[in-house]
Amino acid sequence: MTETEHVRLLDSYDPNEFYCEMLGKDASLAAHTKPVRYKLGQIPVNEFRDRAHDAELELYNFGITFTVYTQKEAIDRILPFDVIPRIISAEDWAFIERGVAQRVTALNCFLWDIYHDQKILRDGIIPKELVLGNPGYRPEMEGLNVAHKNYVHVNGTDLVRGGDGKFYVLEDNARSPSGVSYVVENRHLMQRIFPDLMSNIGIRSVSNYGQKLHEALTEMAPESVLDPQVVLLSPGTYNSAYFEHIFLAREMGVPLVEGRDLVVENDRVFMKTVNGLRPIHVIYRRINDDFLDPTVFNPESTLGAAGLMGAYRKGNVALANAVGTGVADDKAVYAYMPRIIKYYLDEDQIIDNVETHICREKEGLDYTLANLDKLVVKPVGEAGGYGITIGPRASAEALEACRKELLEDPANYISQPMINLSVCPTLVDEGIEPRHVDLRPFAVTGKSTWILPGGLSRVALTKGSIVVNSSQGGGSKDTWVLE
Amino acid sequence: MNNHLLSRYAEAVYWLARYVERTENLARVLDVNETFSRDSRGSQNWQSILQLYRDEERFAETGMDASADNVLYFYVLDSTNPSSIISSIQMARENARTLRPLISTEMWIQLNILYNHLRAMTRANLAEPRIARLCSFIKEACQSHTGITEGTFYRDEGWYFYQLGRWIERADQTTRLLDVKYHLLLPSSETIGSPLDVSQWNSVLRSTAGYHAFRRVHPSGMSPTGVAGFLLFHKRFPRSVLACIAELEELLNELKSTYGLKQGNGALEQLDGLRGGLVNQTADAVVKSGLHEFLDWIQSSLINVHNELGRDYFGYEEA
Repeated sequence: MTETEHVRLLDSYDPNEFYCEMLGKDASLAAHTKPVRYKLGQIPVNEFRDRAHDAELELYNFGITFTVYTQKEAIDRILPFDVIPRIISAEDWAFIERGVAQRVTALNCFLWDIYHDQKILRDGIIPKELVLGNPGYRPEMEGLNVAHKNYVHVNGTDLVRGGDGKFYVLEDNARSPSGVSYVVENRHLMQRIFPDLMSNIGIRSVSNYGQKLHEALTEMAPESVLDPQVVLLSPGTYNSAYFEHIFLAREMGVPLVEGRDLVVENDRVFMKTVNGLRPIHVIYRRINDDFLDPTVFNPESTLGAAGLMGAYRKGNVALANAVGTGVADDKAVYAYMPRIIKYYLDEDQIIDNVETHICREKEGLDYTLANLDKLVVKPVGEAGGYGITIGPRASAEALEACRKELLEDPANYISQPMINLSVCPTLVDEGIEPRHVDLRPFAVTGKSTWILPGGLSRVALTKGSIVVNSSQGGGSKDTWVLE
Repeated sequence: MNNHLLSRYAEAVYWLARYVERTENLARVLDVNETFSRDSRGSQNWQSILQLYRDEERFAETGMDASADNVLYFYVLDSTNPSSIISSIQMARENARTLRPLISTEMWIQLNILYNHLRAMTRANLAEPRIARLCSFIKEACQSHTGITEGTFYRDEGWYFYQLGRWIERADQTTRLLDVKYHLLLPSSETIGSPLDVSQWNSVLRSTAGYHAFRRVHPSGMSPTGVAGFLLFHKRFPRSVLACIAELEELLNELKSTYGLKQGNGALEQLDGLRGGLVNQTADAVVKSGLHEFLDWIQSSLINVHNELGRDYFGYEEA
C-alpha cells in the first residue's frame, strides 16, 4: 500500500473561484451529491485510475471513435472520457426540461412563420435581412407544409452554468446536433466499470433514446402510410460522426443508408435492396441541406438523392430535421430568441440567453469594440469552437486582429461577456482537478416534445480552457440526472 | 418478415466473409509451409507460396529476395500488398464497420481488436520461433470470428449472403492450393511417388486441415490423384470444391424460397454446371486430361457465379 491509496478522492480537490457541479457554492449545500461523494471516497485513487484506464481501452476496442484526418492518414481517436460523473439535481433538471421544451416550441413557431406568412418580419421583431439573407434560410421551404408544423425533430441546446450557479443558453443546435450516442454509451460504460458507484443513487435512465426517436420519426410519416419505413441517411464511413449514425440506426432498428442506396421515382423515395426497390417514408438525415438533392442544392453532391426535394415537397417523404432549420440556430438569430419566445408564446424565456451584442447593429459593434478585452467574440457561421476570440485571455496582437476583422465584416460577429463556466472534478495526470463543463440536453419532437433525462457534458480537459469541443481537446462525462 | 436488406449491405457482408476466409486459408498455408520448409529444402517452398497467389511479379517489385523473412512480411504485415493478412483484415474490418447496423456488436469488437493487434505488430513478431504461434493466433482469430458469427448473427438474408461469401472463397482457395502443387510436381515426373512428392501432398492436406480426414477415407498410401480427388470431390470434407458448391446451391435456393428473392437464376445455372462437371468426374480422368485446365475451369466458373450474384443482388452494371 502506498501513501496515495489513503488519500480520499476529493480530499485535496479545490474548485477555486468557480461554481462546482459536485460541491455547489458550498459543499454543505450540495446535498444531492452527498451519497456519490461518499462512494467516491471509498475508492482508492490508484484503483480509480486503473478503472479509468479500463474504460478507455473499452472505448477503443468498441470503436467508439471519431476520425481525425491528418495530411497523411486518418486516425481513429476516442473521445476522451472522464469517469467522474456530472450530477444534476431533480429540481435543476425540471427547470432545464421546461426551458428546453419552451425553446423548441418557439423555434418551430418561428420556422413555420418565416416559411409561410412571415408575420414576425412584418411586425419588425427581427430584421428581415437577418432572416431572409441568412445562409441557413431556404427559399425552397416557402409554403411547404411539414407534418405537425414540426421542423426541429431533434434539438440540442447548449447550456452553461455561470459563477452564480444559474444556467444560460449558449446556443441552439437545430440542424443535426450530434453527441447523443456518447450520452448513452458513457452511461453503459459507467455501469460496467463503476457499478458500485451507481447503486442506490437513483439515476434516470437514458437507454430508451432510440425508441423515443423512432416513435417521433414515425409520427412524421405521411398519414396514408400504415407501416412507415424509417431510415437514417449518413454521408458514410468517412464521416467523423459515423459512429453515432451506426448507434442510432441500431438503437432504432432501421437501415443506415447512404445516398447511393436511394432512388427517387415519380416523387417517391426508394432504397435498393436485394429484392428490388423498397419505399421509404421518413428520413432521419445526418447530412446538411446543401447535400440533400443535387438538382436543388449543391449540384456536385453525391451524398443525397436527385429528386429528394420533389418527393419532400409532395409530402411523400418526411425529412428530419426539416430543411432550412439552420436559420433558427444561427448565432445572430439566437440573440433575438427572448423576443421570439415572447412573440409566439407570450412567455418570458425560462432559461436566459447569455447577454449578446449583435455586431451588425451599431450599438452592439460599438460596445464590443470598446470592451474587446472583456468579451468573447464569435463568428456567427462557425461551429466547433473555431474562430473564437476570448478577450480576457487574448494577447494584444490577437485583440488587434479581432478588432480588424470586426471592422471589416461586423455582421459576421456577435460578442458575449465571458462566462465563468462551472467546473467538475476531473481525473487528470496531476490528480483530481476542476475542469470546465457545458451541457447539451437533447429534445426529441414528434407530436409532442420529449427530453432525454441526461445530456452530453463536455469537459475542457486542458487546464483553464473553456473550449469544450472535441476538435479542441474536449472530452465528455456521464451525466446523471437524479430521480 | 423484414425483407429489406440493402444491396450495399449484401455485398459488404459477402466480402466480409470472403476476406476472413481468405485470411484463415493464408494463415494455414503459411503455417504449414513454415513447418515443411524447416525440415526440407528451404527457400523454394517460399517461392511456391508466391506462385500459389500469383504474386511473383508483385513480390519482385518490392526488390526483396524470397527469404522466409521477406515472404512472411509480404504476406502478413505488408499493408501495401493487397493480399496480405493485414490488408485482408483491414478490408474485413472496413466492411464490418459499414455493416455495424446489421452485424452483432461482438462480431465488430472482435474484428476491431484483431485489426488493432495486427497493426501494432512489427517484423520482430515474424521471427522464426514465433511464426507458428502467430499463424495459430490468426487462424484462431478467424475461427473466433466464425464462431461469434454463428452464435450471434441474426438469421435473415444477411446471413445467407455471408455464407455465400464464405463458401465461394473457400472453393476458390482449395483450387488454388491444388493448382500450385500440381505445377510444382509436374516438371520432374520421376519425383512422383518419391518421399519428397509424398511430403508435398501431405502439406497440401495439412494446409486444408484435411490430413486426418483423408486418412479416415484412405487408411494407407498417398497418391497425387488420391489427394486431388479428395479435395475436389469428397462430399463430406468441408473444404472440398464439391462440398462448397453444394452449400452455395442450397443457400441460393433457400434465399429464393424463404425470402422470395426473384433473382439468382444466373448464379444457380453456373453452379448447376459446376456440380455437373464435378460429380461425373474421377480424379484419374481429370489428371489425365489436365488438372490445371480443370482447375482453371472451376475458377472461371466461380468468377461467373460471383458476377451473377453481383448483377442480381449487389447492383453491378450489366456486362
